[in-house]
Amino acid sequence: MGALCNHSLELTGLAGDHASPVHRLDPRAKIVALLGVTLVAVTTPLAAWPAYAGCGAVLAGVAVAAKIPARDIWRRARFLLPLVLLVGLFVPFVRSGGQAYDLGPFIVHEDGLRTFAAVTAKATIGTVSAILLGATTSFPGVLRGLEAMRVPRLLILIAAFMYRYLFVIVEETGRMRAALAARAYRPRTALHAGALGRVATAMFLRTYARGERVYLAMLARGYKGGVPQLTPLVLGRADLAFVGLVLAALVSLRIAAEMAL
Amino acid sequence: MSCAIHAIGLAYRYPNGHAALQGVDLHVQHGERVAVLGPNGAGKTTLMLHLNGLMSGEGKLEVAGLDVSPRSLRDLRLRVGLVFQDPDDQLFMPTVEEDVAFGPLNMEVGPDEVRLRVAEALAAVRMQEAAPRAPYQLSMGERRRVAIASVLAMRPSLLVLDEPSASLDPRARRELVDVLAHIERTMLVTTHDLPLAAELCERAVILAAGRVVADGPCHDVLADTALLAEHDLELPAGFDLARVELRPRPGEARDARVDFAQAT
Repeated sequence: MGALCNHSLELTGLAGDHASPVHRLDPRAKIVALLGVTLVAVTTPLAAWPAYAGCGAVLAGVAVAAKIPARDIWRRARFLLPLVLLVGLFVPFVRSGGQAYDLGPFIVHEDGLRTFAAVTAKATIGTVSAILLGATTSFPGVLRGLEAMRVPRLLILIAAFMYRYLFVIVEETGRMRAALAARAYRPRTALHAGALGRVATAMFLRTYARGERVYLAMLARGYKGGVPQLTPLVLGRADLAFVGLVLAALVSLRIAAEMAL
Repeated sequence: MSCAIHAIGLAYRYPNGHAALQGVDLHVQHGERVAVLGPNGAGKTTLMLHLNGLMSGEGKLEVAGLDVSPRSLRDLRLRVGLVFQDPDDQLFMPTVEEDVAFGPLNMEVGPDEVRLRVAEALAAVRMQEAAPRAPYQLSMGERRRVAIASVLAMRPSLLVLDEPSASLDPRARRELVDVLAHIERTMLVTTHDLPLAAELCERAVILAAGRVVADGPCHDVLADTALLAEHDLELPAGFDLARVELRPRPGEARDARVDFAQAT
């Protein structure tokens, strides 16, 4: 497998202690609990900082229980957070109210900055929730959880195939890039980029042909439109306790935030 | 249950007009191991896909006691195990275990029975340890063996393999031959790896431009240099056919080399 693959894909998958109590929970419990954290953070009024702190504490608790090092969370957040924050970045410049600060060509308002800080907090909580879910649950596990939660099967299958064949496609792309480089391809101007377009076309056609072959191979093994599971998911006492604990903490935080304002 | 193949005048034309099969007559008896030889584009894969009803052309085709038709597809796919050339086309589940379980689960076999079959199939290809691993973590030879297990778990009576030794290194190829030699099934192997055919199959058929052009004992077909050359096939340089022994069937007495391999 190419260097590209190792680099970009090592940031996915499980992290921390794979045998921790959090890792062993039913995927559904983790999806519900961590989605709950995100929802509470998103719906809380902007100024309710204690609620954000509470969400942060819940997430920290999960990370500690799963023994996920802060460094791992940071390395994953580094890629995700800038994209999420891009939207909020303009708020301080656009939103007026409160004290104004002159920054040369721009004027920044206090209310805008407050809003930005709150949006940052919400985005960080959402991102870290997703990262914790990904770090404690394998991708197939998340899909199985979603399937058991009645997410349409077609969407699950698409996501499952994307995950399975991502590695194959990354490998193929790596080989094609190496083949281009081996024939001294070093694009310097936009005009040279034509070859990359052809690589993309070739990749598309190959992927399409592979899709057909995979489907034939599935039919050959009796595929009837569903992917039956060998071991069905079972919600245990620990799963219910986890969901109950997290949701109880969140709901009380949310109500407290409402009453404080 | 019979797992014979009877094809009479089987013909198939692709939508783009290319005639891949032009009247194939082929009869394979229960328990036979037949190598289908031929250069690329001879129609080997197309023939293979017909045996499982994944393609349907003109002519008469009876496989494992069933007339190939839309009504018999379900039973047909239980009886005919197809191993595709590229294991990445076949292994699509997140783990080896789940992939091997896919076929039996589709057959609505109970979970305990499925687990038993998965363990049995992985043992048959010597890949028990790989059960929890993801297919992309395996080498090409290992993926090939898991692909075979994913079909064996369905307990087919007929095993059809498409280019099983393609892109394997010598060691992976050797392991594959060992695995295949120990599988007790009627077997159809499409390949242009002639030494593999000589070691594994007692009978060989040459397919060229969609027709069967030669059919006979494997060693006789492979010894006919002119016939091979006519159809763009050849044995490796310096290969001595006389020194290759056909692998005995699982039930028969094993040769010394296999015993040695088993003992160590």
